[in-house]
Amino acid sequence: MKLSGAEILLRALELEGVEKIFGYPGGAVLDIYDRLPFSPLKHYLTRHEQGAAHAADGYARVTGKVGVCFATSGPGATNLVTGLATAQIDSVPVVAFTGNVPTFMIGNDAFQEVDTVGITRPITKHNFLVKDVKELADTVKKAFHIARTGRPGVVLVDLPKDVTRELADFFEEEYKTPVQIRSYKPVLKGHPGQIKRAAKAIASAERPVLYIGGGVVSSGASDLVVKMAEVANIPMTATLMGLTAVPGNHPFFLGMLGMHGTYAANMAIQESDLIIAIGARFDDRVTGKLSEFAPNAKVIHIDIDSAEIGKNRHADIPIVGDAKLVMEELLPEVEKQVAKNREFYAAREKWILKVRSWKERYPLWYEPSDRVIKPQFVIEKIWEVTKGEAIITTDVGQHQMWVAQYYRFRFPRQLVTSGGLGTMGFGVPAAIGAKVGRPDKTVFCISGDGSFQMNMQEIVTAVHYNIPIKVAIINNGFLGMVRQWQGIFYQKNYSQVHLDVQPDFVKLVEAMGGVGLRATKPVEVEAVLKEAMAIDDRPVVIDFIVDREEDVFPMVPPGGALHEMILPSYGKKKEKKAV
Amino acid sequence: MDRKCDQRKHIISVLVENQPGALARIIELFSSRGYNIESLNVGHTEDPSISRITMVAKGDEHTIEQIVKQLRRIIDVFKVRDLTDKKKLDRELLIVRVNVETPEKKEEVMRLVEIFGAQVVDVSKDTYTVELTGDEDQVDAFLELIKPMGIREMARTGRVAMVRALQGETFGEQKE
Ligand SMILES: Cc1ncc(C[n+]2csc(CCOP(=O)(O)OP(=O)(O)O)c2C)c(N)n1
Ligand SMILES: [Mg+2]
Repeated sequence: MKLSGAEILLRALELEGVEKIFGYPGGAVLDIYDRLPFSPLKHYLTRHEQGAAHAADGYARVTGKVGVCFATSGPGATNLVTGLATAQIDSVPVVAFTGNVPTFMIGNDAFQEVDTVGITRPITKHNFLVKDVKELADTVKKAFHIARTGRPGVVLVDLPKDVTRELADFFEEEYKTPVQIRSYKPVLKGHPGQIKRAAKAIASAERPVLYIGGGVVSSGASDLVVKMAEVANIPMTATLMGLTAVPGNHPFFLGMLGMHGTYAANMAIQESDLIIAIGARFDDRVTGKLSEFAPNAKVIHIDIDSAEIGKNRHADIPIVGDAKLVMEELLPEVEKQVAKNREFYAAREKWILKVRSWKERYPLWYEPSDRVIKPQFVIEKIWEVTKGEAIITTDVGQHQMWVAQYYRFRFPRQLVTSGGLGTMGFGVPAAIGAKVGRPDKTVFCISGDGSFQMNMQEIVTAVHYNIPIKVAIINNGFLGMVRQWQGIFYQKNYSQVHLDVQPDFVKLVEAMGGVGLRATKPVEVEAVLKEAMAIDDRPVVIDFIVDREEDVFPMVPPGGALHEMILPSYGKKKEKKAV
Repeated sequence: MDRKCDQRKHIISVLVENQPGALARIIELFSSRGYNIESLNVGHTEDPSISRITMVAKGDEHTIEQIVKQLRRIIDVFKVRDLTDKKKLDRELLIVRVNVETPEKKEEVMRLVEIFGAQVVDVSKDTYTVELTGDEDQVDAFLELIKPMGIREMARTGRVAMVRALQGETFGEQKE
């Protein structure tokens, strides 16, 4: 049967299992939008294409499915760029479809023409320009396959307008056959010899530590990794992207490592003799000064992307493969080794005690107050009120780090945050996508007064579709994270970080059709959160007026080694420098 | 880090889908990750849907390993191989137009052409245009010797390479 390109696209999306699309129409995608009402796909009209990309991203992060967004040519496509880059660097499977001018006009500087594949090439795993409607179905199929297999990522498909109008045959049965891309065959299973070596190293190490990254969450390896830690008595630390792999209250869990990591996590890394890195990439925000990162440790590095192995830190035992598939092989090997070698527990006992003492002596800490709202207190209260079970999205800044430190997650995929790109404006649209993907969960966006203003128009989207997201603005009247750096490293020369002039967020949200609430004193925090939790038909935004100059600690100064943390003052006991 | 010390030229061979985006991705990889390409050569293989790219890049072992791995990540890339330390056939084509205003110069150029197994492919009143195929060292040596004549114009293709058959292997492993 002959279908138009637009019809082929929509039918193919259905066959891919797509249910929700986030997008924004325009001239070049008119034919697609013309057919959309006749498709069972549910389209959410965001108020900005960036919002569409972040929503597709948030949807993908919480469901593990591929997120899909649409935009028109030219400005529509360029507006997607930040959103796609955000998803790509965090390895989130997203497929974006953009319209473009008709094939015969390409390269003519036509109205609303940009070289979309050229612009997005460096920020996508792969992209396609479809020049012939006969290639459309196959391209869509490849796009989804590439986005969700191997190291997941973003694929963009650029569709000239004539391609969406012209007719071609579409055979559903053929579409359902497996994809063949002769040049793309990701390695999924780890090398058995390497896995055996890794198990031996794990069993014989004295001071091992697990360094858990986002790959553990996205591959579904969380339980296996935690199990291994329990079997072999290994302390665990995670990156921002990997945080939800481990239950926040697990006795072996030391919290996040890196620039704003906990004392125990960073010290455990520095003093370890074996780092087991899984689905993590030794990012500079994690390692601090690379040459002094874990100076005495051997490294087992498990990653699906061989290019990550040895990129920043030499791996003594590299294992290329999917974290889950590798863990399925590695865990029984470790169990065997541990059973063989009972006395190793004794050796490891000392290490566990040491790590535990760091945790007890230098916990996360802030000076409580009954006068002003402390931002960390808000996070703790949100945790309490949501019983630790909400899906949390964040924006970027101090509030994001406080979420990472103070919200103790319970299950994988519970945190949706822009780790690699650090994109302000991510939180609200990502929350919309997350709520669409997991309507059964409370979705709380924890944002900053600066970040919220970057995509606050998306509150209207949430009103439009009755998407009851909650937003907490940690309102410090500052671009807080930048202010913190200026405070510590630029002699308090606060330059362009004041947000004294601000909309009245409560009125603003009300004007957009949502519910606006505010808390200015610590005693109001819980009540206002409970009020917000009771609203389930509209978005609600709470403006928390917090301590203006609270800083995030611990902090590893830029260029410093992980053990050179600046610690909080711990009340009277003035700043302790770590040794 | 003493990485600077062990910088050397590597010759990397890449088999890739013959698609416009593929070449763009490879070139952008070098610019976006700050690697230097000295030369790059693209041509069809026996299968017209597959191109062979031969590139010469300078770097230490770590950088070259990264380049190879990053190249392998590109969806349209089939195989990547560092041929530097392999027994290989390694050729470059040079076309150079030199000044030969005097009989002495004409004679000298002809002598060099003969020694190097080159060919004069075009002649004008006061220039010879010479074509030479050889490995990089030969081409460099030839240019060095011919330079005093005065080079008007020249073009080099960059290197193309293939592993020798007697090594009992063809292109090598599948990409990871
Ligand atoms: C799009 C974008 N622009 C600029 C930055 C740089 N930046 C990082 S944190 C930050 C301040 C964020 O302020 P706010 O949202 O109020 O959060 P706070 O740090 O105050 O909690 C800025 C400007 C960024 N991460 N993203
Ligand atoms: Mg702020």
